[in-house]
Amino acid sequence: MRTKVLTGLDIAHKIEQKLAGAVEEALPEFAMIKADRLIETLMYLRDDEELNFKFLSSLTGVDRLEWFEVAYHLESFKLNQSTCVKVRTFDRETPLVPSVVTVWQGAHLQEREAYDLMGIYFDGHPDLRRLFLWDGFEGFPLRKDYLGMPGGLMPGLERFPGEPGVELSGRGTE
Amino acid sequence: MFLLKGEWYDLRDLGNTVGGLLDDLRDIGAPDWTIYVTSSLIGAVGILLWTVLSCLAFIWIERRVVALMQNRKGPNRVGPAGLLQPVADALKLLLKEAVTPRSADRVIFWAGPVLIFIPALVVFAVIPFAPKMTLADLNVGVLFLIAIAGINTPAVFLAGWASNNKYSMLGAMRTIAMLISYEIVQVLALLGPVLFVSSMRMGDVVAWQDHFNTWIFFIQPVGLLAFIIAGAVETNRSPMDISEAESEIVAGYHTEYGGIKFGFFYQAEYLAGFAIAASIVTLYMGGYTLWGLEDYVPAWLIFLGKLYTVFFVYIWTRGTLPRLRIDQLMAFAWKFLLPLMLINALVVGAEVLIWRENDIDATPALLAIGAVNLVFGAILVAGWARFLGHGTGKQRGQRAILTQEVGAVHFTPEPAP
Amino acid sequence: MTIKSEPFVVNIGPQHPSTHGVFRLRLTLDGEKIIDADMVMGYLHRSMEKLAEERTYTQNIPFTDRTDYLAAMTGNLAYVMAVEKLMRVEVPERALWLRTIMAELQRIASHAMAVGIFANDCGAWQTPVMHMFRDREKILDLFEMACGARLTLNYMRIGGVSKDIPPEWMPQARKLLKDLPKRFEEYEDLLLNNEIIIARSRGIGTLTPEQATSYSVSGPMLRASGVAWDVRKADPYGAYDKVDFDIAVGRHGDVYDRFVVRVAEMRQSLRILEQALDMIPEGPVHARLGTATVQPWGQPVAPLAYRPPVGEAYARIESPRGELGYYIVSDGSPAPFRFHIRSPSFINLSPLKLMSVGMTVADAIVILGSVDIVVGEVDR
Repeated sequence: MRTKVLTGLDIAHKIEQKLAGAVEEALPEFAMIKADRLIETLMYLRDDEELNFKFLSSLTGVDRLEWFEVAYHLESFKLNQSTCVKVRTFDRETPLVPSVVTVWQGAHLQEREAYDLMGIYFDGHPDLRRLFLWDGFEGFPLRKDYLGMPGGLMPGLERFPGEPGVELSGRGTE
Repeated sequence: MFLLKGEWYDLRDLGNTVGGLLDDLRDIGAPDWTIYVTSSLIGAVGILLWTVLSCLAFIWIERRVVALMQNRKGPNRVGPAGLLQPVADALKLLLKEAVTPRSADRVIFWAGPVLIFIPALVVFAVIPFAPKMTLADLNVGVLFLIAIAGINTPAVFLAGWASNNKYSMLGAMRTIAMLISYEIVQVLALLGPVLFVSSMRMGDVVAWQDHFNTWIFFIQPVGLLAFIIAGAVETNRSPMDISEAESEIVAGYHTEYGGIKFGFFYQAEYLAGFAIAASIVTLYMGGYTLWGLEDYVPAWLIFLGKLYTVFFVYIWTRGTLPRLRIDQLMAFAWKFLLPLMLINALVVGAEVLIWRENDIDATPALLAIGAVNLVFGAILVAGWARFLGHGTGKQRGQRAILTQEVGAVHFTPEPAP
Repeated sequence: MTIKSEPFVVNIGPQHPSTHGVFRLRLTLDGEKIIDADMVMGYLHRSMEKLAEERTYTQNIPFTDRTDYLAAMTGNLAYVMAVEKLMRVEVPERALWLRTIMAELQRIASHAMAVGIFANDCGAWQTPVMHMFRDREKILDLFEMACGARLTLNYMRIGGVSKDIPPEWMPQARKLLKDLPKRFEEYEDLLLNNEIIIARSRGIGTLTPEQATSYSVSGPMLRASGVAWDVRKADPYGAYDKVDFDIAVGRHGDVYDRFVVRVAEMRQSLRILEQALDMIPEGPVHARLGTATVQPWGQPVAPLAYRPPVGEAYARIESPRGELGYYIVSDGSPAPFRFHIRSPSFINLSPLKLMSVGMTVADAIVILGSVDIVVGEVDR
């Protein structure tokens, strides 16, 4: 037996049937949900008999350069299925997303981590403070424009030094 | 061998040697108080030397024995087979800086190790090592034992409190609760030998056991068990080392102590262990007698052999058993051991009365008493345990359920205790 | 007359013999009872997620060793599975079986340590730990033969495993499998039925299945609460669908049941290993996705830089601590755009406050031991 993966399109379809207008965008990998309809959508996903997503497997914040998004990977034990929904912040300046602690308690620590490292504020979280870094740390390290990145806002690497076709320059000489 | 009896070179009893020396002193006309002071000095220094040397030896022995139980070798690098390890430990502790925290109460902080060391040492004054080798054979020897062991309690608390450290406070509080509870159990357990012998003098207890050719162990099994447990608690030895439970509150009441101050705590723990073992041997296991063997082998050697055997049992339990929680330990003392010991005292009193009144012969009386105590004790222990809820199915181990269906839930909520 | 007492705060850790690493727990105590428990982490935070964004996918594999350093095989496995999902790579048969075997050996080693350390937390002065480490040493010897390292193994690669096992590995593994069942019997006898351990762990730190699911708890903690969820059975990876084994489930959800579940899991791992060692096929151990160019001596060697297509993938496996997942987002460059580790130790700590409030200090230590955290994974 294998876990049935509900694609973003399936999930979007199911959500639209119950809560019209909640889904912003639906791709095969995930379904993007509007921020103001997030909590009721997730409660529906958790409580519905055919979906039964009672287990929040992972809550991840991603920095998409123009906005932030939070990915929720959900699982159901009884029906052995899994899916992925996402929510995005409006833009980079106001990274505010509703907190899902009322839906799954396991989101408590993970939202604190997303706040601490990525700077996404969760509206309604009972205890939003820094987790890994100390109080008074300036900035949010996992953001792409954090001070430590060489060359400023440069996600990852374009060409790895030493690859054929790229001349070997020392690291960090930009 | 018997020709040597009583002469100063009769090493079967070192009291003869000392006695010879004192006689010489008296002959040259020294005043009485010098003789008294000399004899007590010799005794005290002897005990001190012996305890310190034993402690050093047992540091090595304990570590090797516990290591063997854990399937590894113990210290074997320092000196041949690691025999100089205790010397290395002692040197290290002496050379380390004994730090006093700035916010600690200096006087009491300094006094802590001293106060712990003293009772452990002083108890040996009443223990008979051989027929003439008791430093002070008080006729309230047993009472002296209990009273001096009671100094442990405030000493431990002062050490913990003076450190001005929350861990130490926790350790000290736990210790007081523990020590007070088990002192009561200890005292009641000691009623057994005292009632049989009708005397509190330690020498009399040994003489009684010699006279009747039996050990009080055989006629007081439950009392001995309770005394061993209470002894382990009094000396903070595992499995009752809650006050210094390393995995919980780092080192409890002696967290802040370093250098030779910690050395004193360490040594005092061994000394207290020896003291309890010595009391057990004297009161329950016949002291220095071994059914006639003390005519050939030096009595104090027999005594030391028994002492080390009893101490080995303590080392054994240390390497084997996990630790109880403080409230479970207290529940054990108050709910289980205390009623048991009360009933034990009652039964012993009844037996002694019947024996004396009816003037029964020694051997059948003792056999009967031993049998009755053993059977009655076993029934009492098992029955009382069952009454309190131990030993029923709830305390049995259980294995996991093995299943193949994914997503099933097999939860049964635990019934409230 | 009421005695005025005020609650006081005790720090357990970060330096403490029993917090399994640098982890701080601030307990507010009223006497010996806990009123509040606050976790402070981050003492081992090494910013792996950020560092991984500057390194190629293959260069990130050693990072995955060092998150959960007591179960490096499973750490590697989750990561390479996520990248393979992203790149839609087929892994050869023998590599799948080798991954399964190594993961199960790692599970036995990790649980041996967890069970031993739990007994240590209960106060048994390292005796069970020493006995269990004897078996762990033998397993680490096997690892050393296979990949050269004992702890940070770096064995899996994207597309397979790095090296095949040498010929003398199989006989030694079989010899180990003959010895282990006897020793597990010994451990079960000494530890499972020990009255003091039962007294210390029965009824402590209970989690109902609803609470466990809501708090995203996974692994032996979840199974101890009665929920029979094991990723190896629900979503088989490697060769798990071809071997036969059971899921070990507890009854009451307390600390004792977590302990019992771990011991039972060790036995099931043994069962899987016995089948796998017989059923493993011959063949290549790595899907050759591209070769590194070998330059003459003195010239730099180009590192193998995979460029997965743009997209994302989330893969999860059952590590000894719970459900280990990796969420990789790729933007077409040789380094990941987002590298997120769903670490089971971190998320299993969510209900710690719920479990500890109302218990005593000694119980808090035992509960923390039963969660079986590895701080490298908690902090990353």
